[in-house]
Amino acid sequence: MKNIVVVGGGIAGVETACLLAESGNHVTIIERSDKLGGKLNQWYCLFPDFKKSDEVLDYIHNRLKNFDIEVKLKSVVENVEPNGNGWFIYTGNVRYAADAVVLATGYDLFDATRKEELGYKIYDNVYTQADIEAKFKSGNLKTSYGKDPERIAIVHCVGSRDEKCHNMYCSKVCCVTGVKQAIELAKFLPKTEIFCFYMDLRMYDKHFEELYRSAQEHHNIQFIRGRVSEVSESSDNRLSIKTEDTLSGRPMKMKLDMIILLAGMEAKKNTLATAKLFDVETEESGFLKSKDFHLGAGILSRKGIFAAGTCISPMSIKETIENARSSAFQVNEYLKSL
Amino acid sequence: MEFGFSTLETRSIDYDKFDRKLIEYLLRYEPSLLVCMACGGCTATCSAGNLTEFNIRRIQLMVKRGETDTLKAEIDKCMLCGKCMLICPRGVNLRNVVMLIKKALATEVIEKSDKQSLNS
Amino acid sequence: MNFSDYFYYPFLIGTIFLFVVVFGRFIKWFIGLSKIDKMRVRIGLFSTKTLKSVWESIREGLLHHNIFKTNKMLGYMHMSLAFGWFLLIVVGHIETSCYHGTMFFPFQHSIFFRYYVTEPVDFPGHVFFSYAMEILLFFVLSGVMLAYFKRFRSKTFGMKRTTRMRYGDRIGLTALWLIFPTRFLCETFTAGVYHNGSPIFNSIGSAFASIGNLEPWLNPLWLLYSVVLGVFFVAMPYTRYMHIPAEINLIFLRNWGVTLKERRVNTFTLAQVYSCSRCGICIDACQLNLAGIKNSQSVYVLKNIRNKNLSDEVLFNCLICGKCQEACPVGIDVNKLRITQRIETTRQYNSSYDYLKTGKAKQTDMIYFAGCMTHLTPAIKKSMLKILDAAGENYWFMDENKAPCCGRPLMLAGQYDAAQKLIDNNTKMILDSGAKKLLVTCPICYKVFKEDYHLPNIEVVHHSEYILDLVKNGRLKVNPSEIRAVYHDPCELGRGSHIYEQPRELLASTLTLVPMDREREKALCCGGSLANTKISMAERDILSGKAMEEFASYNPDVVVTSCPLCKKTFSKVNSVPVKDLAEVVVNSMKQE
Repeated sequence: MKNIVVVGGGIAGVETACLLAESGNHVTIIERSDKLGGKLNQWYCLFPDFKKSDEVLDYIHNRLKNFDIEVKLKSVVENVEPNGNGWFIYTGNVRYAADAVVLATGYDLFDATRKEELGYKIYDNVYTQADIEAKFKSGNLKTSYGKDPERIAIVHCVGSRDEKCHNMYCSKVCCVTGVKQAIELAKFLPKTEIFCFYMDLRMYDKHFEELYRSAQEHHNIQFIRGRVSEVSESSDNRLSIKTEDTLSGRPMKMKLDMIILLAGMEAKKNTLATAKLFDVETEESGFLKSKDFHLGAGILSRKGIFAAGTCISPMSIKETIENARSSAFQVNEYLKSL
Repeated sequence: MEFGFSTLETRSIDYDKFDRKLIEYLLRYEPSLLVCMACGGCTATCSAGNLTEFNIRRIQLMVKRGETDTLKAEIDKCMLCGKCMLICPRGVNLRNVVMLIKKALATEVIEKSDKQSLNS
Repeated sequence: MNFSDYFYYPFLIGTIFLFVVVFGRFIKWFIGLSKIDKMRVRIGLFSTKTLKSVWESIREGLLHHNIFKTNKMLGYMHMSLAFGWFLLIVVGHIETSCYHGTMFFPFQHSIFFRYYVTEPVDFPGHVFFSYAMEILLFFVLSGVMLAYFKRFRSKTFGMKRTTRMRYGDRIGLTALWLIFPTRFLCETFTAGVYHNGSPIFNSIGSAFASIGNLEPWLNPLWLLYSVVLGVFFVAMPYTRYMHIPAEINLIFLRNWGVTLKERRVNTFTLAQVYSCSRCGICIDACQLNLAGIKNSQSVYVLKNIRNKNLSDEVLFNCLICGKCQEACPVGIDVNKLRITQRIETTRQYNSSYDYLKTGKAKQTDMIYFAGCMTHLTPAIKKSMLKILDAAGENYWFMDENKAPCCGRPLMLAGQYDAAQKLIDNNTKMILDSGAKKLLVTCPICYKVFKEDYHLPNIEVVHHSEYILDLVKNGRLKVNPSEIRAVYHDPCELGRGSHIYEQPRELLASTLTLVPMDREREKALCCGGSLANTKISMAERDILSGKAMEEFASYNPDVVVTSCPLCKKTFSKVNSVPVKDLAEVVVNSMKQE
């Protein structure tokens, strides 16, 4: 029986762990926080089919019950030592032997205060998509002034595709998240005007484009092609934004009651530290560097160390689960070769 | 006769008649102009755009398409305040582009720089 | 004809040539001055300013006191060469006067004294003079040795780089390097044959004599000495060594009150340009080095102006942060010189801004002008408005919705005529409002409102001054905290407007301010400066990243600045939080 340590107990970590346990390995999950499921715990529902996040969480929790997987919550990998072909991994006073390691450390949501001009944490009623998911969960979508918002703007590409944050890449899932949230908002608040300010709409996966069309067709969501460059608060306590409606070629000003910033996915700062511990390469963006883009994204620069999920690149839940399964397969292949 | 391929001449961009001198000059001295993705952030934040119909995104696009009839009058509206530079997600150095265009239109710098590049 | 009748001709011709060209230039520069400046010279000439200039010429032209302050080795090198040579001439002249018993003698006699006087002498103090002259020559030679060393190993001087040279400069440099070693050989060889030196040179000469017969070498050596002197003097006006007379000229003109005006180019520009010794101190002071920009530092611009080959790529690739100006040992107004050149090169395309309309001014006691940049930092804007409300001020937020730019960015790009249109428009709005005070949160706006707007009876205040006043007068209460902070001086506020203490005093009332090595006059530029239109974003990032690294080494909880552009530029680095002092003040008000 081989020992495997999975670092991170989000969707990717748990799914990989289950598959590896299923094929007869002894698996340990080391999770920093006090529960499994990662960021999905904060989410209300998922695109493109509005599946409740809880259903996915239930799936992984139920699955976990079938296997004898050791789960160490509130634990952090503090040190790593080589041990033959494997490693000793230290967390607190405990030492784990591992023949292979899977990094599934996940992502950070871009800190939207870094885009000061967008007014996050400066003006009330400027939120990120994560804040809005929490609002969906609580069922309270009123503004800080206790009113139903008359107008909502959803701002795409906050902290991604942006040289000003050194994030040159596309977070890819924000576009469809924005469309999904726009539709949910429209369902909650049928009288509210909702606008999406986008640069390019990247509806890359199955059903995404249909969701976009549905947003237009059934929910009257308006899509305006322009990047929001400034947010300010007017004397009547409403927000106003400046953008260019690039398709009409004219600058646009608009008063709003709520702004939702679609903050991008960033490589976790912790991932960088973990990568150093395990001596695997990262990319300039901070995400882990796959050995080959095409042939298994989960294989890293060092033998025996694998990755799964959003520590490799931005991914949807669906892709995360697929990726976790593929990485588990790669780990098994590797273990066979030992 | 290009059947089915003719558009009204006055409103089409005739890319075949495009004199590339200006854009080549701009790109030589400010290559960052290449990476604009037309998000419109510059125009939205523009101080001059607040006061007049000045659209720097459109101007740079028109230069890239060879449409320069109104360029002189348009480019003169820029106040060089620098907000566009602080907003641009691609790091285009628009202030230099503006200065280069102004210089190119007012002087013979393009002809001179052509000669220089031939000599070097 | 005897050798002694003609060997000094190269030296003589060189000297006469040098004096004609140098004084010709001085006269040309004087004629080219504006009427007012000429008047200043006439008035200044017979005032104590002239005496002050003499002292300054000795201090800077000979002793190089300012270079000493920056770099002791470099200072010694310049001082030994200049002051040593000067003393050689003066002491040599006195020695020759004593020998002849009169002050009037052919002046080549003092320069080539040891050539002419080979027989035993017995004039008063001859022993002292022979020792003194030889020790002085060693003094100068030590400087020459350092100069050799610097050329090849500039790092020894703590300098990253030394200036690049042109062909003409090489001739001048070679001649200068040869002068003193040649003189040393002339005098020691002569002493070897005639024993006409002090025991020092006599013994060195004897040592040489033991190798072979020195006599056939004497005439060629003395001729070589005359030739290298002559070559150096002829080359001098056309090389950087012109800085020697030019610097002294500059000291006098400056003390007499001649000033550089950006707008009007006159010959004072040249008087400054020629005063640059190309010591390279400005290169070391320049942050652009970090980003690999190595051709646009002030020394190169001055050189390019002199050689009439200044390109826009060089001229506009400068942050005009003013660090090099603070460091310049000669006190050349490099910022103004650069802006003058920018005005010249962009003169043909200033905008007229015909679209500007005078908006309606609101009657008020006080105007708040946030400026373009502050609109991109809403945290500063919101904090400032909170403070104004807390102070119960009756104010008008002039550019809340829209207003023309202050004009400073245009001026930094040399577009003075264009800027004037914006200045005129804003001036009318400000005057119409009846305000007595104009508050700005941006140092770029501050500098132009203060210096280039004509706003009679209106006090222009930067928010650091304004908030400090509020706190001092008890109109605003701030609370002390445990926060550790470093304060970054924005270029336009610090070196640009000499506001260093007010922000520090204000911050000290609410947090612990950690002093840094490089602050105030030596503060770093954030890298975001609007003055540089050529630098790429990636290069800017290097500058801001390095500056933040330096701040972070003091382990602050927060980096505080007082400029929205600096804040925005530093925020991009995303290491230590960056805040404006208005935000810090508002945070400390919250604690109540």
